[in-house]
Amino acid sequence: MKFVDEFRDSGKARALAVRIAALCEPGRQYKLMEVCGGHTHTIYKHGLQDYLPEQVTLVHGPGCPVCVIPMGRVDDAMAIASQPGVILTSFGDMMRVPGSDGSFFDAKARGSDIRMVYSPLDALKIARQNPDKHVVFMAIGFETTAPSTAMTVLRAAAEGLPNFSVFCNHVTIIPAIKAILDSPDLRLDGFIGPGHVSVVIGCRPYEFIARDHGKPVVVAGFEPLDILQSIYLLMLQLSRGQAVIENQYSRVVSLDGNPAALRAIGQTMELRPYFEWRGLGFISYSALKVRDAYARFDAEALFSVPGIRVADPTACQCGEVLKGVLKPWECKVFGTACTPETPIGTCMVSPEGACAAYYNYGRLTRRRVSEASAR
Amino acid sequence: MTAPHDTPASSGRIEDALREHAEEWPYAREERVLARIDRARQARPRVREARITMSHGAGGKATQSLVEAIFLDAFRNPLLEPLEDAARLAVNGVRLAMTTDSYVVRPLFFPGGDIGDLAVNGTVNDLSMAGAVPLYLSAGFILEEGFPVSDLARIAASMQAAASRAGVQVVAGDTKVVEKGKADGCYVTTAGLGVISRDTDLGVAQARPGDVILVSGPIGDHGVTIMLARGELDIEADICSDTAPLNGLVAGLLTAAPGVRALRDATRGGVATILNEIAAAARVGVMVAEDDIPVRAQVRGASELLGVDPMYVACEGRLVAVVSPGDAAPALAALRAHPLGAEAAIIGTVTTGPPGIVQLTTAFGGTRIIDLLVGDPLPRIC
Repeated sequence: MKFVDEFRDSGKARALAVRIAALCEPGRQYKLMEVCGGHTHTIYKHGLQDYLPEQVTLVHGPGCPVCVIPMGRVDDAMAIASQPGVILTSFGDMMRVPGSDGSFFDAKARGSDIRMVYSPLDALKIARQNPDKHVVFMAIGFETTAPSTAMTVLRAAAEGLPNFSVFCNHVTIIPAIKAILDSPDLRLDGFIGPGHVSVVIGCRPYEFIARDHGKPVVVAGFEPLDILQSIYLLMLQLSRGQAVIENQYSRVVSLDGNPAALRAIGQTMELRPYFEWRGLGFISYSALKVRDAYARFDAEALFSVPGIRVADPTACQCGEVLKGVLKPWECKVFGTACTPETPIGTCMVSPEGACAAYYNYGRLTRRRVSEASAR
Repeated sequence: MTAPHDTPASSGRIEDALREHAEEWPYAREERVLARIDRARQARPRVREARITMSHGAGGKATQSLVEAIFLDAFRNPLLEPLEDAARLAVNGVRLAMTTDSYVVRPLFFPGGDIGDLAVNGTVNDLSMAGAVPLYLSAGFILEEGFPVSDLARIAASMQAAASRAGVQVVAGDTKVVEKGKADGCYVTTAGLGVISRDTDLGVAQARPGDVILVSGPIGDHGVTIMLARGELDIEADICSDTAPLNGLVAGLLTAAPGVRALRDATRGGVATILNEIAAAARVGVMVAEDDIPVRAQVRGASELLGVDPMYVACEGRLVAVVSPGDAAPALAALRAHPLGAEAAIIGTVTTGPPGIVQLTTAFGGTRIIDLLVGDPLPRIC
């Protein structure tokens, strides 16, 4: 497939793997975090870890939009969906995320009308087709998906649509990275920066990571060679004792991001004083809500949601796993109380979470392509 | 609504987990955890949900749990237990194969076929996979009040055409009508009977390390066609369902390659699910190569856009064959000699392990595990 296969060339991957291995200092361990769930997906889908030397570990970060939604918000969404005349819509991977009483699939089986959409504009279409129902779009995701929610609210306002609202759960990436960096037991050497988020916010917001924390960041694309090249660039910085922000994904990401998208977000949404993240707890100014001027499209203003906080079990050590302090199997509940069928924390919720991945794949002795090719 | 802390169902489990953690730590916990995961994987499946969800019909882990925990448990007998595509029976010395399947596809008419030929071909194929010559079918219809008679006539005509093509007859049937809103237009159930004349005992449990795995053509055509035909995605692609009767193809294959150990048609759950069934039933490993698995460019492109993996997408006219190493070449030649197998390919091998695990070497040069999905493949948001 054109414009895809070029980024999956195994010959180029082998060459990069050799160069990455050559940059490893003997005896030093490198922990690099890929912040974005999309990167984690690529890493597993293509088996990218096979190209990395034993010394380089990838830590899966907090950037999986569905994993960070706390149980209480899932419960709230199901409470909205159970109101008469409501159609709740959301993205596909939200469907299996557990609340305290099952997932959207279970709520659907109990009689709620919950539908999967590819875009918030599809939710708008459903609202137009069902004037006697109220259609709620459960908005999730980082700055990547927030602009499309913003544009949908603006379009609904322009059309004067009376039966559409947004249950806003958009989160912002910088406070989450800050929360990880501020932790005293941090063990990370560098960050693979989120490509899609950076399309919107640009590269400047990451500057504090290099300046204040001395950690390099490389904003990366989503094909396997993009990620491997970004790891190489990070290792190059580390070998030279550098810490700067680099943009590997320059074919899409600019330094200043997308001003039109940022404007649309700013026009329709504002920061919440605080928001709870599954696994990371409450983080100040880390999420977005619909502005009062658009309150008629804000499901939280239209419906009384229970808003009960369902705390992460205290035994859950997702925070430590996310920060690279603990390996998944070192968590107190891993594999016993917390399994992919009955996940407790964020890392087990999505198949791309660090713990789910280890649970499913960790036992395999990995073939080390880089070592094989170096021979 | 719920307690402010741990959910009621999980609090006991968590206490147990913490106690266990305190006792074991830090001695060799990783090995113990891994051993426990292994035991959990082999444990008797349980249905945790209080109600049926869409996942239970998707052909993945949830379907397997439901079938094993509810149906196998209730009906347990040696003929049912192998859970093959068709049961193999002997009546007065005659070896028979019997199967049944229900069809609930939406839309009812789609590029390359409709619910009618799907219902005939699906049952013909299930019989063929048991090494049987399909002979007779029954057809049951559940019709929704208000369903156009012209559509029903079209479905019946297409069933007859498919039956003629496969050389079978529809010899019994049933019709029920339910009130408007109680069904989605038309559902069809077919059952089939065939005769096993060869001295073959096909089954996924027969797979042995060293065996070769083949697929009879490009995968995922049917599932992607249906996703696009629903019209919800505004994607157009020149692609149609692969629904077809495979009895002719199987006859040629079994004649040319007596070393065929197992046949499965890759329907719901796709080729990935079949490979997992092989690995689980025979307690072997399976290794396949992404580069060798035929996927049409349109299917690959649409899957890439939709965020689904063609390995899990349904086919309706493709089979997966496990063949002894010596017979791999004649098997491939026999498949390719038939119009429905022209693009057949060797996609991998059965290995010594790790048992129950299917691995794929990616085109990029890495490896990953192809696990069973819990339910339907869900598109990712970003």
